[in-house]
Amino acid sequence: MKLATFRRGGVHPDDRKELSKDKKIESLPFPEELVVSMSEHLGAPATPTKKKGDAVTRGEVIGTANGYISAPVHSPADGVVTDIRKVRVQSGAVSDAVVIKCNPEQSNPWTEKHDWRKESPEALLSIVKDMGIVGMGGAAFPTSVKLTVPMGKEVDTLIVNGVECEPYLTADYRLMLEKTSEVLEGAMIAAAIVRPKRIVIGIEANKPDAATLMENTIREKNYQVEVVLLKTKYPQGDEKQLIKAVMNAEVPSGKLPLDVGAVVCNLGSCYAIYEAVVYRKPLIERVITVSGESINNPKNILAPIGTKFSSLIDFCGGEKDDAVSTVAGGPMMGFAIYDEDTPMVKGSGGLLVLPKLIDDFSAPCVLCGKCVQHCPMGLQPNKMFRNIKYGNYQAAMDLGLMDCKECGCCAYTCPSHLPLVQGFKLGKKMGRKKK
Amino acid sequence: MKTVRTSPHIHGALRTDKAMLFVILALLPSALWGVWAFGLRALVVLLVSIASALLAEYLLGLVSKEFTLRDWSATVTGLLVGMNMPPEVPLYIPVIASVFAIAVVKWTFGGLGCNWMNPALAGRVFVFFSFTSEMSSFSLPRVFAIDALSSATPLSAMKTAVTAGAAGRSTELLSGTIPVTDFALSISDKLGISPYAVDAFFGNVGGCIGEVSALLLLIGGIFLIATKIITWRIPVVYLASFAVLSWIFGGIPYGQGAFHGEILLPLFSGGLMLGAFFMATDWVTTPTTPKGEIIFAVGCGFFTFLIRYFGSLPEGVSLAIIMMNIITPTIDRFVRVKPFGYVKKPKKEKEVKA
Repeated sequence: MKLATFRRGGVHPDDRKELSKDKKIESLPFPEELVVSMSEHLGAPATPTKKKGDAVTRGEVIGTANGYISAPVHSPADGVVTDIRKVRVQSGAVSDAVVIKCNPEQSNPWTEKHDWRKESPEALLSIVKDMGIVGMGGAAFPTSVKLTVPMGKEVDTLIVNGVECEPYLTADYRLMLEKTSEVLEGAMIAAAIVRPKRIVIGIEANKPDAATLMENTIREKNYQVEVVLLKTKYPQGDEKQLIKAVMNAEVPSGKLPLDVGAVVCNLGSCYAIYEAVVYRKPLIERVITVSGESINNPKNILAPIGTKFSSLIDFCGGEKDDAVSTVAGGPMMGFAIYDEDTPMVKGSGGLLVLPKLIDDFSAPCVLCGKCVQHCPMGLQPNKMFRNIKYGNYQAAMDLGLMDCKECGCCAYTCPSHLPLVQGFKLGKKMGRKKK
Repeated sequence: MKTVRTSPHIHGALRTDKAMLFVILALLPSALWGVWAFGLRALVVLLVSIASALLAEYLLGLVSKEFTLRDWSATVTGLLVGMNMPPEVPLYIPVIASVFAIAVVKWTFGGLGCNWMNPALAGRVFVFFSFTSEMSSFSLPRVFAIDALSSATPLSAMKTAVTAGAAGRSTELLSGTIPVTDFALSISDKLGISPYAVDAFFGNVGGCIGEVSALLLLIGGIFLIATKIITWRIPVVYLASFAVLSWIFGGIPYGQGAFHGEILLPLFSGGLMLGAFFMATDWVTTPTTPKGEIIFAVGCGFFTFLIRYFGSLPEGVSLAIIMMNIITPTIDRFVRVKPFGYVKKPKKEKEVKA
């Protein structure tokens, strides 16, 4: 069988998923203290509604959405607000955070099932919005905005993104295996909102068991859903590359997937949508893969939002002596963090403790063109980097800098180990400032 | 304390210095064949070239306060210079070539990555035009067991014959001038190809130290493609375009008419294999885009053909590649990759002046 994929660029890193792929999802016991950032998502931060000393219950709103592209934040635990302070989240941004001291006893108010099939699409969408669902693949774009189809537009395909192309991460894979029917029902709810002509679940070929299980469940439940096996190639799970692979359509530069009739929804988000709509449970916890060569027991953990990374590392038996860096997210696009008390946010799908994987080699650019051959966006990283190096940000933007999504393929292949992605992050910031 | 760096946090295996080592490894079989075929004198030439390249790099590094020997690029340059020398060349010539390559072509423009011409080729061309007679006197390889200095290469012998007014195929033109091995004769009897092509393929001809064995260069080149250090585009397109042009027009100067040119002998002889796999694929001086690489390779094939058949020189590879090296920045400026989701910008309407 020919596997669907995108045509241009991409790299094949060692996927290292064997470290955690057979580990069942475990629930983290409630830590003593949670730090819930108000900037969990892309867009405007939420406004905190609680003061120091207020009691909160699990699932209660503690931050209200602030504008259209924003999402509310709910309390992940029963407890008391002990502080509201500034905190640095994994992406490096600083935002307000509500510090909650958890009670030893925790309630679970979400046992009653609701029948969503009677609800109107608008009602379903407003539940998704109120429950604070965001894209759980990393960028954390509010899902309600994504599922809002503007007047006059039609959705051709709803793509459920179960690709998980980042090495090490297995959170979505475990969800597919353990919560198969829930994930599928979440996808059906999303489909009820956007009403696509076709529903597709994209799964990379290195997870054949998940794909088979999905297909069997679809047949059992008699859903109109296709499973598309995709070639194992990074960044297959990127929205634009996935649309190219499944629909053979290229999202025009500067446009949204909706412009080619596609809505892409992360698999973790589908599970969150299921819980939100069926149980009215807000997004207060998520599955996170804690892995890497330098952690003692790699695990897939269901942890409340706001858990400090240090508690996750302790839960996994601590780190080994050769640990050199801690990375929030995947190894290709994740953020290295220096403070292990950084809290988990809704977009945190992985936490890696890595030994020294990259040597300190450096050389000048030798114009080998590897970055050009591997760039999935068809850009010329070597030229953009050169322009940024000499402060010529406008020239870099003219070469398509804003289309770069920092996937890291260029830096991964660069034989001279140039800090290309770092350059592009800087270039984007400076370029925006000048405008 | 943890290390903090920007993503990605893993890296592919390819590394500039390791790639250079792989290039050296790929060149070694052919270089060793040269040493075997032409004797220890050839080894001395290779070592002198490498040593002078390294020394030049080291001394210039003292001036610019960099230590760059570790990236192995100077060793590659030195080795390539040595492989481009006739085995009996006076030893000051490889020294001049290496120093010119490192100091003038590479260091002056800013070191590794900034040169706009392949240093080894530039060094070779510089000494070729400075010491033409020393650079074009070759000795026969060991198989013929004759001590004949200043034997011609098949290409130069054919050029001489054609300039003198002779016409015909290589078998007619070269008999008597260039010796052939019995092995080549037996194969040519069976396959009906020129015995000179067989000898050139296996490296039993006179020529520069590193360019005689097309077979070993081919193996080295395939090794480089397999390890993903170079892509197939430049060597394959270069050889193919040259072969096609030779077939179509190559017969004309030899009185054979169009579509009767020989293919195998021109492909296997001279510096073509060495050039196509190791010189034209140099990272620094070739285009970075796939389309650009193809344009570059076709250009190389065209100029090599032009110089070999219609120029006054027997050899065209080095000049052809250098010429395309010079055009490379222009190719890179105008040949771009079409970005993903490219939207054609609407042309601005010209404002009509009132």
